[in-house]
Amino acid sequence: MPRLLTILLTIFVVSAPLSAGAKVTIDITQGNVDPMPIAVPDFLGADDATSELRHDLTKVLMNDLDRSGLFKVIDQRAYIMGDDMGVNVRPTFPNWRLINAQVLIVGEVVELDDGRIQVSTRIWDIYADEQIGAVAFKTPADNWRRAAHKVADFAYKALTGESGYFDTRIVFVHETGPKEKRIKRLMIMDQDGANPVPLTDGLNYQALTPRFSPTQQQITYMALFDNRPGQVYLFNIETGEQEQLGTFRGMTFAPRFSPDGRQVLLSVERHGNSDVFKMDLATRRLTRLTDHPAIDVSPSMSPDGRRISFTSDRGGSQQIYVMNADGSKQKRITFGEGRYQTPVWSPRGDLIAFTRQYRGRFYIGVIRPDGTGERLLTESYLEEGPTWAPNGRVLMFYRQTPSRRNGKGGGASLWSVDLTGRNVRLVRTPGDASDPAWSPLLP
Amino acid sequence: MKTLMKFAGIAASLVLLSACTTTGPDVDATAGAGTDVASGPTGPVPGSQADLEESAGHRVFFAFNEYTLTPQAQAVLSRQAAWLQEYPETRIKLAGNCDERGTREYNFALGARRAEAARAYLVSLGVDAARITTVSYGKERPLDPRSTEDAWSLNRNSTTTISAAGA
Repeated sequence: MPRLLTILLTIFVVSAPLSAGAKVTIDITQGNVDPMPIAVPDFLGADDATSELRHDLTKVLMNDLDRSGLFKVIDQRAYIMGDDMGVNVRPTFPNWRLINAQVLIVGEVVELDDGRIQVSTRIWDIYADEQIGAVAFKTPADNWRRAAHKVADFAYKALTGESGYFDTRIVFVHETGPKEKRIKRLMIMDQDGANPVPLTDGLNYQALTPRFSPTQQQITYMALFDNRPGQVYLFNIETGEQEQLGTFRGMTFAPRFSPDGRQVLLSVERHGNSDVFKMDLATRRLTRLTDHPAIDVSPSMSPDGRRISFTSDRGGSQQIYVMNADGSKQKRITFGEGRYQTPVWSPRGDLIAFTRQYRGRFYIGVIRPDGTGERLLTESYLEEGPTWAPNGRVLMFYRQTPSRRNGKGGGASLWSVDLTGRNVRLVRTPGDASDPAWSPLLP
Repeated sequence: MKTLMKFAGIAASLVLLSACTTTGPDVDATAGAGTDVASGPTGPVPGSQADLEESAGHRVFFAFNEYTLTPQAQAVLSRQAAWLQEYPETRIKLAGNCDERGTREYNFALGARRAEAARAYLVSLGVDAARITTVSYGKERPLDPRSTEDAWSLNRNSTTTISAAGA
């Protein structure tokens, strides 16, 4: 089992005055039709040895910003670069106004004596002629990708006021082989698809529906066996240690951590009927939350820990219900046509993402916890399993295409979409992928 | 290879025979494939998986998003129950399966419902509950990989396999 190293980034603010109030801001709640034009020259450096690293780091940063849909990185070939460019030099603002850049990100990479690099960045408001923010990181040189994501998160926050989501990872189900005999194993990768690493070997069980702990480098998932009911497992992705969560005669499935990471909500099946339970991880005490002859599945807790959404077919078809964290006051919140499933509470608390089946198509949508304001964001032949970016502004999910007439094909892939529904992007994965789970921001 | 259902010699199936049909999803295109029994003029080894599949049928099918047993499904299970009376040491596993037109998590629950529906029916016909285990594969083990109505019909099933053969 590969051990994933945690590499600490030393963060400090560059000793320079921050502007009192930047004029350039993006309201990401409004759904920007036109992304903000932004200039990101290759990070500077005195040392030729770092030139490739600087170029690659800048590419990762540009890719992060571009894929957010909020920014449009202007082609570097259009830049008018003065000789005096530097991270501690005021830019020649007219040169950037000429190409309609609203924001300029200038960075620098310096090799330190201890083998680490220092990555310094300044963000400039081109129209107000002032600095928006500055930040620097010291990190081992081979950790340059994370440094790039940290810069992207800093820029995202400086320009939107919201925390970013770029220095994060995704656990997902990697799929290989024909559909009727598919090998499904867990993999982890950076949010942008880099550094994929397998977590399970896919030999003795299929690994499905992984979910990240909001507080630790730990996941919970369901292992599907041939000869015994599928079971929920805990998996420490630092050590590779696994353990089955409890001992059950029936199937356990659809696990999800509580926001404090101390409990796992799950469904437990007994004699064919599935109900929602929660298990306290410290005491392993199991508490029943629903007791209904209908199917109750896919629990997800609100970030304040007070309520739980879940799917039930007690009303005749699958719909989303919300109850108190102790199981009381179960109330249906969706009433539209079709079937509503996999509710996932936003880390901001304001929305619940879901999968809706309607007239033969699948949709990813969001709805307020009181059942108002439903919006469908994407649609396809088959898509499901939304997971929230830690800032609650972007969703990732998976799509499956129909098989061809000979039964081949039918592959799955990961997609992301922001809350406007306009910015739908394929997420790069090594081969077929499903069931994404977004990590919290890395420390 | 299509395997036609055989009803011969099983009393319990007679009462439900009129409900049986040899067309539709009960005719399983894959039945008899991949078993551990040598084919030959003498037919499958009595008490084997192949024998179960030929004598009773090992798979029952469900309507979309449903877990209630159709009359055809009840007929197959009745034959399975009678077959299991002949081989009282044999234990079976019932696996509930779903088509791809649902979410993974819900389909695990639905598959469990389907396996349980088959289990409860067999028990009601006198099969000792201790001989039966159930699993749900949700939509993860489709028989037919195509994305067609026919494939989905086939993939909504409860499949009976022998988990421990009789002495």
